[in-house]
Amino acid sequence: MSNTFKIVLVLVGLALVVPFVPGLIYPVFVMKVMCYGLFACAFNLLLGFTGLVSFAHAAFLGSAGYVTGALMIRFGNHPLGMPAAFAAGVAAAALVGLAIGGLAIRRRGIYFAMITLALSQIVYFLAVQFRWTGGEDGLQGIPRGSLFGLDLSSDTVMYYVTLALFAAGFLFVDRVVHSPFGQILQAVRDNEARATSLGYDTDRFKRLAFVISAAVAGYAGAMKALVFQLVSLNDVSLHTSTEVVLMTLLGGVGTIFGPLLGAGLVVGLQNYLATIGDLVTVVIGLIFIVCVSFFRRGIVGEFLHLRRRRAERHKRRPVRNATRDPAPAAEAA
Amino acid sequence: MAEHALVTEGLTKAFGGFTAVRGVDFAVRRHAIHALIGPNGAGKTTFFNLLTKVHTPTGGRILYEGTDITHESAAAIARRGIVRSFQISATFPHMSVRDNVRVALQRRLGTQYAFWRSIRSLSVLDDEAMALLSDVGLADSAEANAADLSYGRKRTLEIATTLALDPPLLLLDEPTQGMAIDDVDRIKRLIRRIAVGRTILMVEHNMSVVADLCDTITVLQRGEILAQGSYDAVSADPGVKAAYLGGGHA
Repeated sequence: MSNTFKIVLVLVGLALVVPFVPGLIYPVFVMKVMCYGLFACAFNLLLGFTGLVSFAHAAFLGSAGYVTGALMIRFGNHPLGMPAAFAAGVAAAALVGLAIGGLAIRRRGIYFAMITLALSQIVYFLAVQFRWTGGEDGLQGIPRGSLFGLDLSSDTVMYYVTLALFAAGFLFVDRVVHSPFGQILQAVRDNEARATSLGYDTDRFKRLAFVISAAVAGYAGAMKALVFQLVSLNDVSLHTSTEVVLMTLLGGVGTIFGPLLGAGLVVGLQNYLATIGDLVTVVIGLIFIVCVSFFRRGIVGEFLHLRRRRAERHKRRPVRNATRDPAPAAEAA
Repeated sequence: MAEHALVTEGLTKAFGGFTAVRGVDFAVRRHAIHALIGPNGAGKTTFFNLLTKVHTPTGGRILYEGTDITHESAAAIARRGIVRSFQISATFPHMSVRDNVRVALQRRLGTQYAFWRSIRSLSVLDDEAMALLSDVGLADSAEANAADLSYGRKRTLEIATTLALDPPLLLLDEPTQGMAIDDVDRIKRLIRRIAVGRTILMVEHNMSVVADLCDTITVLQRGEILAQGSYDAVSADPGVKAAYLGGGHA
């Protein structure tokens, strides 16, 4: 059993008892953290493990939310309505991802990021213009429907379903990172020219990574639409796209659990500091400045770095000798 | 099979009004170690980049084993077996030394797009990766991050990664550049050893390396071939002397 799997088990175990202690922590708050946490994990798959900065992730979150929401409003009563609408939302996000990623991947670095930004603004514009998205009003009162006969209108049932969906999504992202495909993604991130010279079509890898990331962001968006029974323009806005950058950097880019922790912190601050109104943005902004100035690896990243350095200090001497010795095997050859 | 592994016919590359490589007819004999030398700005790197498809030629053809590869992508020619190294060391710095080699071996499994499979499916390659590493003397650093290796060892790792593809044609871009003298000797021995059964074309400034290793030398100047032949023949060429001493305006 991998360490990741153990930690997920512990987290799920803790999350299981949340509905029994509503005085301590609201289940709705935990569901929100799970939605944004998975969203940040999807984003991190690109930024942390492929080396691509996208400002389009709200477009994926939102388009899945709109599709799932609109379908639920029409077919929510059907016994298979919820899984079908959910799957359609994920598929829609993947398609939007294919369109945006396919175009943006022709350019690199800041140009790549700007193309994703421009195209996601088109998605925002469409969300305002279309009638089925509800324009300025968004989609409200989305029915949750039922899953395998379980009525999801109860918050407790929805909570456990969300938890299961979240765990599955999270483990999926972990699998993608730790897969043969994930290895090539890391190679592309580390040194794209070298990956090409080894015979890998790096654009194809980046495009697939982009689509997977968009699909997972959509998965989080579909979850969110059902949990809050609401999809609004905020979900496709640039603000949401930048918030996910903040969550990922704060928690630790390129780590498995960092984005989840970052999402928890940002959502927590927004929730528990809601009384100070707009000042929340100032607080979060200050935290962000501290983060990028003093612990650029993010919270989980710094923790892992410290642990690695401590482990290295234990075996420093033999390692150093090994690097100094001219390689004996090559000498003999 | 043709006598030559790699042939260029009238290869030309112009950047706007500047022609960096002009009508180069060039051939590398199979299983030879062939050096490409020339003063700075002679077009060596551009020529190399044309061969590895970093740049697209504006004229002429490139033939590999008789097949026209002029318009193939960089990744496609790598899959044909033409693998290049880079002027600055090209490793995957945040991956372990073993994983660096394994990434190259992985292509053979054909699972490079399998995002749903466990990374453990790659452990079948571990023994082979370790064998390649001990072959070049890096087995003791297998678990270290590539970024933590010394410069010379990074270049050695790069060669091990390249060998993992078992390429028939190796293109080495200044393999000993910036190396300490011990490392240069080690890389020299390594190149001689891996050249068995392979064709090697290298750009190199270090004349002792060129003299010791290479069968044939091509001298480029201002994008054109100035001289070609054995080390002795080329170094006796008056045109080459002039070019290197800076006096020649041929």
